[in-house]
Amino acid sequence: MVQTMLIMMGVGLFAGIAGAILGLGGGIIITPILTLMMGLDIKYAIGASIIAVIATSSGSTIAYLRDDVLNLRVAMFLEIATTIGGISGALLTGILDPKYLYLLFGALLVFSGWNMWRKLRRGQEVMTNVKPDQIATKLKLNGSYYDKAALKQVTYQVEEVPQGFLVMLGAGLASGMLGIGSGAFKVTAMDTFMKMPLKPSSATSNLMMGVTAAASATVYFFNGSILPNIAVPLALGILVGAVIGSRVMQVLPARVIRIIFIPVILFIGLQMLYKGIIGG
Amino acid sequence: MDDQSHQRRATATEMAHIEGIIGRILQIGVAVAAVIMLFGLILLLMNGGNGGYPVGHQPTTIKGIVAGTIALKPYAVMMVGMFCLIMTPVLRVVVSIYAFYKEHDTLYVWITSIVLVILCISFVIGHTV
Repeated sequence: MVQTMLIMMGVGLFAGIAGAILGLGGGIIITPILTLMMGLDIKYAIGASIIAVIATSSGSTIAYLRDDVLNLRVAMFLEIATTIGGISGALLTGILDPKYLYLLFGALLVFSGWNMWRKLRRGQEVMTNVKPDQIATKLKLNGSYYDKAALKQVTYQVEEVPQGFLVMLGAGLASGMLGIGSGAFKVTAMDTFMKMPLKPSSATSNLMMGVTAAASATVYFFNGSILPNIAVPLALGILVGAVIGSRVMQVLPARVIRIIFIPVILFIGLQMLYKGIIGG
Repeated sequence: MDDQSHQRRATATEMAHIEGIIGRILQIGVAVAAVIMLFGLILLLMNGGNGGYPVGHQPTTIKGIVAGTIALKPYAVMMVGMFCLIMTPVLRVVVSIYAFYKEHDTLYVWITSIVLVILCISFVIGHTV
């Protein structure tokens, strides 16, 4: 029993660090470990993942808020889209064939991975020649953050707000229906479509994930899918990991985060395409 | 200084205030959740891994959790801790509304309130579907 507890804390620590740095929920790390290595039923693995997402989100957001890395207005504005998408996803379960969603969103993530690779090769993190976007200016979405790796204040503009909003709607729908990709789509919407730098994209994604997950978490909480002996040590490990990760992320060069991010997002995308092709 | 960069700077200081308020409240929320979860875990260890319920079961009703917590049953206390953790993002949204209101940012008071309303609707839908 003590051994399981320590393993869960260790897994949590690792998932928390990785999740906080990349802005991904951590389900991608936790679900396979719990099901394949620990032999846990998928129902309980998903329950634990949901708790993991919230722990990563709240644990990392403390530092991201204090150090002003995330963009609170972008988060709030886009949360309208993810929460509406989430409700639609829950209601459409059983009506819409998830096969097409897997194909569509898998392709979107692969595209995003390719686009990130191009950004990496160009070696330019912030688009300086972007002219002020009218909607972004009106919603006061443009922001800045202090990059602890480059040691300078980075000011950035946000563009293509409607496109980003649309992708977020889809992101909410997909995570509501498929239960995956809570973070991957959020980072994609901000980085690929709204042209935000990767660090605020990841930090903002971390903030948003918690809100999206909280709605479904209560359902799992009351239907008995969240096992305390698994989820509690996991959550405690993650909280510590997320606090560490949110500090590490800030001193890592954006380039390095991108290099880690690309294979991860390609992997999730290809996995979804595969599920779509074999029929869910 | 041109008008736009002036506006941006004003927005930036306002943001720092808002983020400061939300950050502190969130920190307290997370700390409370972590302490309760840790307390439950210690109870579980002291109890030799016995959660106070039949194997594979934990309390899942508010009544059951409250009763179990009063009796200091490890799983009940752990469930309370996890419930607090689940509530931290909701707390964050609620505090954001207050913070934007305090900084007279009406547009974002609206946007954040809409998020809270949708969130409440999804809670209801989640428990009826």
